[in-house]
Amino acid sequence: MSTFKLDITREHCPMTFVKTKIQLSKLNTGDVLEVLLSEGEPLENVPKSASEQGYKVLEVSHVDGSVHKVLIQK
Amino acid sequence: MGATDFALGKQTKEQKKLSIISFSGDFDKLVATFTLATGAAAVGYEVNIFFTFWGLDAIKKKQGRAFVGKGFLPKLFGIFMGGLKSAPVSRLNFGGLSPKIFRYLMRRKNVATLEELVDAAKVLGINLYACEMAMHILGLQKNDFIHEVKDVLGVATFLEISEGGRTLFI
Repeated sequence: MSTFKLDITREHCPMTFVKTKIQLSKLNTGDVLEVLLSEGEPLENVPKSASEQGYKVLEVSHVDGSVHKVLIQK
Repeated sequence: MGATDFALGKQTKEQKKLSIISFSGDFDKLVATFTLATGAAAVGYEVNIFFTFWGLDAIKKKQGRAFVGKGFLPKLFGIFMGGLKSAPVSRLNFGGLSPKIFRYLMRRKNVATLEELVDAAKVLGINLYACEMAMHILGLQKNDFIHEVKDVLGVATFLEISEGGRTLFI
């Protein structure tokens, strides 16, 4: 099991979702993706859509300012 | 990574579906089409785009102005219509200057450009279809399009494919 990182704090819709989805698709089952994202649309919907697609959202935590961290396991 | 290699997460039994009829070949409307399509695919929707009339410009292999099509008039149309790179904006096109300005602004503001959105659509395995009737009028063949175009369809098949989901006309 490995952990990978993805920073989408500078991305805008729809690439926030697209980059997360593409990165998740490259992982093996059990791998974890650490996503750094901004509050608002990405924070509200990236963990939600990952969960809806069968991925496991392990953690959502505040990092700094408007930046949050989401841990998603495949 | 090919569309078929795209490993999805576990899908729900009833996958949500979005089907878009891409009629306009305008730059701004194509941005809207591919933004909706890639966003929906990324959050787990099955996405189908049915390109017809001017919309077919978006999926041509030759992205600039070229003599694409069979016969004199279709070839002439091919030159005027062009492809993805020569798509005009629907308002204030200023002879093709506006799409260049839009591309510049999109890059500068870190928003996905039209070309990046189309590439993302291919990676996400969005189903791209071409309209048989419009192809016939414009003298286009399936091999005039990018290889990601899955099939050439008529209305009946499109209705069948889009059934049970949401459909948009752009």
